[in-house]
Amino acid sequence: MEEAYLLVLLTLDATLRVATPLILAAMAGLFAERSGVIDIGLEGKMLAAAFAAAATAAATGSAWAGLLVAILVSVALALLHGFACITHRGNQVVSGVAINVIASGLTVVLGIAWFHQGGRTPTLDAEFRFTEHALPLAEAARSIPVLGTFYAEVISGHNFLVYLALAMVPLTWWVVYRTRFGLRLRAVGENPAAVDTAGISVTGLRYSAMAIAGLLCGIAGAYLSTAHSAAFVRDMTAGKGYMALAAMIFGKWKPVPALFACLLFGFLDALAVRLQGVEIPVIGVFPVQLIQALPYILTVVLLAGFIGKAVAPKASGTPYVKERT
Amino acid sequence: MSQPVKLPRWIDIGVIPALNILAALLVSALVILAVGEDPVKALEVMLYGAFGYDEAIGYTLYYTTNFIFTGLAVAIAFHAGLFNIGGEGQAYIGGLGVGLLILALDGWLPWYGLLPLAILAAALFGGAWAAVPGWLQAYRGSHIVITTIMFNFIASALMVHLMVNVLIKPGQMSPESREFAESAWLPQGHEIFAALGIDISRSPLNFSFLIALVAALLVTLFIWRTRWGYAIRTVGRNETAAIYAGIDPKKTVFWTMALSGALAGMVGINEIMGVQHKLLLNFTAGYGFTGIAVSLMGRNHPVGIVLASLLFGALYQGGAELDFEFEQITRDMVVVIQGLIILFSGALAYMFNPMVARLVGRLAAAKG
Repeated sequence: MEEAYLLVLLTLDATLRVATPLILAAMAGLFAERSGVIDIGLEGKMLAAAFAAAATAAATGSAWAGLLVAILVSVALALLHGFACITHRGNQVVSGVAINVIASGLTVVLGIAWFHQGGRTPTLDAEFRFTEHALPLAEAARSIPVLGTFYAEVISGHNFLVYLALAMVPLTWWVVYRTRFGLRLRAVGENPAAVDTAGISVTGLRYSAMAIAGLLCGIAGAYLSTAHSAAFVRDMTAGKGYMALAAMIFGKWKPVPALFACLLFGFLDALAVRLQGVEIPVIGVFPVQLIQALPYILTVVLLAGFIGKAVAPKASGTPYVKERT
Repeated sequence: MSQPVKLPRWIDIGVIPALNILAALLVSALVILAVGEDPVKALEVMLYGAFGYDEAIGYTLYYTTNFIFTGLAVAIAFHAGLFNIGGEGQAYIGGLGVGLLILALDGWLPWYGLLPLAILAAALFGGAWAAVPGWLQAYRGSHIVITTIMFNFIASALMVHLMVNVLIKPGQMSPESREFAESAWLPQGHEIFAALGIDISRSPLNFSFLIALVAALLVTLFIWRTRWGYAIRTVGRNETAAIYAGIDPKKTVFWTMALSGALAGMVGINEIMGVQHKLLLNFTAGYGFTGIAVSLMGRNHPVGIVLASLLFGALYQGGAELDFEFEQITRDMVVVIQGLIILFSGALAYMFNPMVARLVGRLAAAKG
């Protein structure tokens, strides 16, 4: 029993680690889509940021410098997305795809040219990374059964960025629902013409939303290459950007439900790893791929309106054309 | 500037796309310069690698075949106002259909007997994989971009499951099916030419290239010469008008997606029946995504798509040559170029319009 509980705790611990980049990217997608800009490019921004963080940390020996450069690169890509689909009213999906493809190519090209390791960056020593922190009293709490071990195993012992990601959720909620900026952001995603009529710049709001999305994706990327792992490897996001997008939709464009979707998807991922090759009576070897596909299947089912109704911001995907008469 | 600026037709389909591609190549050249190599030399190496000798041309045309299929798939959906980003998954499942069919029948029928059935299987499997998102978009209002992305991942998980647990040839480690009987293989390019008395080198180029060209022709006729093509274009331009014209937009969306998926599924004919001769993982290798770039560059017209496919075929094949000739750049450079082309020919397609319009206006004024 004790052992089974520990196994559950370890899986939950892994869940949190896997879910962290999803949470950050899902919040990024939320800001973008709430402002009326579809952001397929979460994946590419995260990937570029992961490379920037690892490369900078390797060159300067500072994880913080890595984080800063990752954010700069990711924000630059987000503004490029804005330039294409806010200023030039290009197709938002096409622009997002372009960013993903450019990021997946450029990270490898630059990686090979700079480090000569087939697209990898040099492995970072522990002091150049974001490492785990034990929270206060974690060891003392371990002696308390159930709750204490939960605190010590699951809550405590993560790196700074994991806690930052978790803090971003209430912060996002507060910004979107309790600030003037958030009110305008939601309005511009639903009815940009009304916002324009009130004398507020649609373009300005959407660019700010893109910049925030870039910032959050930058942190997510830095987490992947300088906290979760110790180096950048080619295509290391491996679809996490798309999964975050799915989680945001699964959370119906709302911060807290999106957090739970991220945790659910992270849990499924951790579960799939744990069940790899496990024989189960009657079924035989467990079809792990089914669990891996479950986040996508669930999202499709939700979008189809079979479990609740997911309604996107009304103006999402349409460029705003200011009338001139 | 509420509308994209109206320009003469020859500028719109000639000058602007050329400017966009030029911009993409210019930025690519800057990247090559930044990593310390010579862009002009890189271009020479790629051109030689793509067209310099007959084996290279064979490889270029083999890649071209895949891009024609996926490009047409994206284009036909575009005409109905739909963004099919799931070509990758549809090609994957289409290939599965081809593989299953040949695994079942390869002892019974020769390739020319199998081919019509295999085309049908590719179309059915690929078509079904796109028709589900199509149906969900039309009747349940789910966003097609999101569902087709999700279906890419579901296809990938499904294929891993099938290859690892079901279709794997017993007694081997790598998740691949048994090889098809040789009588089921599509004729290779060098075999066809040998029959005509011309001797060319061996390459993966095969009979599917001709199928791709025929498909391009059929899609042209379909879109501009049939009532169904008219329905697709009408729905794409204006759904309300389509309803007044007696066209059912929902049905049109569903069938357009099925058709789009069927075209993407044809990649399976080239890859599985023509080249690999067995079922395996990841044979789609990004061809589905490249179809987006191909379609954008070809302005959604089959003639443009065949030309853009040739360019991308040359990029893929010529890019492989970069690995051998340069220290600092590899074939991954091609991915960067591809991304930049999507950016400039797709997302920033109208960036140069105002500038060119001003120029045209000034020239017209000077002429008096």
